[in-house]
Amino acid sequence: MKLEIRDLRAQIDDTPILKGIDLTMESGQLHALMGPNGSGKSTLSNVIFGHPSYEVTGGEILVDGENILELETHERARLGLFMAFQYPVEIPGVTVGRFLKRAAEIRFGEEDFKASAFIKELRSWLDFMDMDQNFINRYLNEGFSGGEKKRMEVLQMLMLKPSFAVMDETDSGLDIDALRIVANGLNELRGPDFGGMVITHYQRILDYIKPDFVHIMYKGTIVTSGGRELVEALEERGYDWIRKQHGIEEEENEKEIVHEH
Amino acid sequence: MSTEQEQVQVEDYKYGFHFPDESVFKTERGLNEAVIHAISDHKNEPEWMREFRLESLRTFRAKPMPNWGGDLSGIDFENICYYAKPSEKQYDSWDDVPAAIKETYDRLGIPEAERKYLAGVGAQYDSEMVYHNIQQELKDKGVIFTDPETAVREHPDLVRKFFGTVIPYSDNKFAALNSAVWSGGSFVYIPPGVHVDVPLQAYFRINSQNFGQFERTLIIADEGSFVHYVEGCTAPVFATDSLHSAVVEIVALEGARVRYSTIQNWSSDVYNLVTKRGVAYKDATVEWVDGNLGSKRTMKYPAVWLMGEGAHGEILSIAFGGKGQEQDTGGKCVHCASNTSSVITSKSISKDGGIASYRGQIKVEPGLTNVRSHVECDALILDPESKSNTYPYMDIMSDDVSIEHEARVSKISEEQLFYLTSRGLDEEEASTMIVNGFLDPLVKQLPMEYAVELNRLIELEMEGSVG
Ligand SMILES: Nc1ncnc2c1ncn2[C@@H]1O[C@H](COP(=O)(O)OP(=O)(O)OP(=O)(O)O)[C@@H](O)[C@H]1O
Ligand SMILES: [Mg+2]
Repeated sequence: MKLEIRDLRAQIDDTPILKGIDLTMESGQLHALMGPNGSGKSTLSNVIFGHPSYEVTGGEILVDGENILELETHERARLGLFMAFQYPVEIPGVTVGRFLKRAAEIRFGEEDFKASAFIKELRSWLDFMDMDQNFINRYLNEGFSGGEKKRMEVLQMLMLKPSFAVMDETDSGLDIDALRIVANGLNELRGPDFGGMVITHYQRILDYIKPDFVHIMYKGTIVTSGGRELVEALEERGYDWIRKQHGIEEEENEKEIVHEH
Repeated sequence: MSTEQEQVQVEDYKYGFHFPDESVFKTERGLNEAVIHAISDHKNEPEWMREFRLESLRTFRAKPMPNWGGDLSGIDFENICYYAKPSEKQYDSWDDVPAAIKETYDRLGIPEAERKYLAGVGAQYDSEMVYHNIQQELKDKGVIFTDPETAVREHPDLVRKFFGTVIPYSDNKFAALNSAVWSGGSFVYIPPGVHVDVPLQAYFRINSQNFGQFERTLIIADEGSFVHYVEGCTAPVFATDSLHSAVVEIVALEGARVRYSTIQNWSSDVYNLVTKRGVAYKDATVEWVDGNLGSKRTMKYPAVWLMGEGAHGEILSIAFGGKGQEQDTGGKCVHCASNTSSVITSKSISKDGGIASYRGQIKVEPGLTNVRSHVECDALILDPESKSNTYPYMDIMSDDVSIEHEARVSKISEEQLFYLTSRGLDEEEASTMIVNGFLDPLVKQLPMEYAVELNRLIELEMEGSVG
């Protein structure tokens, strides 16, 4: 699968958030997306999945050359896209088992779906994620701890085997063991038919998963892209370094804001 | 409402079919003494029952229409047929039931359910029970499960002792109406200490147009006994209104437990106005599980009167108010003894301009100690056109009382829909899943088959709901 984002612009309530994003990602590759709080990383993931709060004002998103901007969220998912949420949503009364069974049926086709094989696989991934078996009968994300919610996102990803996954800060709020488990989970999926974009603030997860490309987002644009060396530079020098490199832009932005008032 | 929309509703309602009206006897439309006499004659009733009916009719006429709850102005009492007898007799084998009637129940899945998981079945078609059967083993233990007409003839002492004692004919206008023209229903008696482990079920089906169904159910659980009684109801879709006005009385004697579950799924032209009340004596428990889908107006507030120490009452009410529908439901618990407890849980859903209202009352008589009550109302509103109301009434006349009341109104959030659709479910399926999830804590308490049925009905109600 090839996911191309071209000059993507999006706003929320008339406030532009994404100001021209260009990114090309393919199966077999793992990308990391970093950037300060509020730079637009989650907005980008939400827009890729068609979140109704965001208005796309320009550009396109292509999956294998087809523009997906007109597709509904579930249609995008059915292309094989998956998003691990930064803030997974609680769905009271819907058990993990029931929900995932339905999602798997949709993903793999109802004809080929075998309940027994599904349950077996679910049980083994739960073990892999070091989660209790009784999560199957718990209501989705309801009352889960922060770390459990994140593991549940990865569990879903392992079950649904997407062609391309966006993982939005899946490593935030995880203890060290959980971090390793999550990284292992992602590494399980890696291969020529899987691509992913990992959004993170920390080097640690990237040490485990070794992304092929690193992008840095700043105020709604990708300001620089490179390899893993970027992560170390960032860790050493912080976002100040980026700010200095792109100082002019920022000043202009701030002038704009001053003018508005 | 355009005809096209009406058409859609008709198709959505799976039980909307009907067979030609082949009643063997029917009264003229309208209500008067002659109708009462005709019913009484056909049933060959003792004089005391005829008198009871006539007295009830006088009370019905004297009482004004309720001026609260749903809008009932569409009911035309003179345009309703009060009694339609579908066949000459009642059968205890499905093979003998007249073909069209049998086919109706086949399509509703009743004979199959009986084979699989019921201890006894009663089936009513318009005014009369056409089928009744109960496992021999239960008969041998002295369990009675029959229609009230047979009970009047064969068990007059039991009937006269309890009939109309829990819900007097003077209770409300519709209880008076039922008392005047009642026909069919169930009579259940469980002897002391007998536990009926699998449910007894009655199924009420309206087939005739402009018809009123007035079944009458009396359940007596003698000391230390247990029974789970289940009731289902459907009606065909007609363009004109029908009336369903039942009375259900439950008596749980010392240490007995009665669980009564119903999932009512009337077509959208039925006024469903039912009075249900149980009395729980010392250490007895009465539980109502009351699911209301469909109908035009429903007014129904199952009640438990806690008469002896250690008594417990529990009411679970589920209501789905769809297009053009108004569900006014809830529950009532009256504490008349110390050391009693009650729980009312209400879950309502409103959609496409439907109204779902919770109306409930907790009453505690003076001079009691250690009374506990918990009321919880959850409403889910699916769109801005739909409404949910909550009318809780508290009437507490003792001090040593603990009452908790929680009410929540929620909407399906955009974030929940986005989360589920991002996993491949389309919006309609995602909303349905959220609605079923909302009901799940209640549905879990239903027998498996009914839980599955309720989930399926919700799916039908949700179909085509997302543009
Ligand atoms: N629903 C919304 N309403 C108003 N503002 C929003 C909304 N969603 C995002 N924003 C704004 O858009 C900007 C980008 O937010 P976004 O969540 O994409 O940042 P992020 O890069 O993911 O940050 P973080 O690292 O903190 O997760 C922020 O200034 C945020 O306040
Ligand atoms: Mg974010």
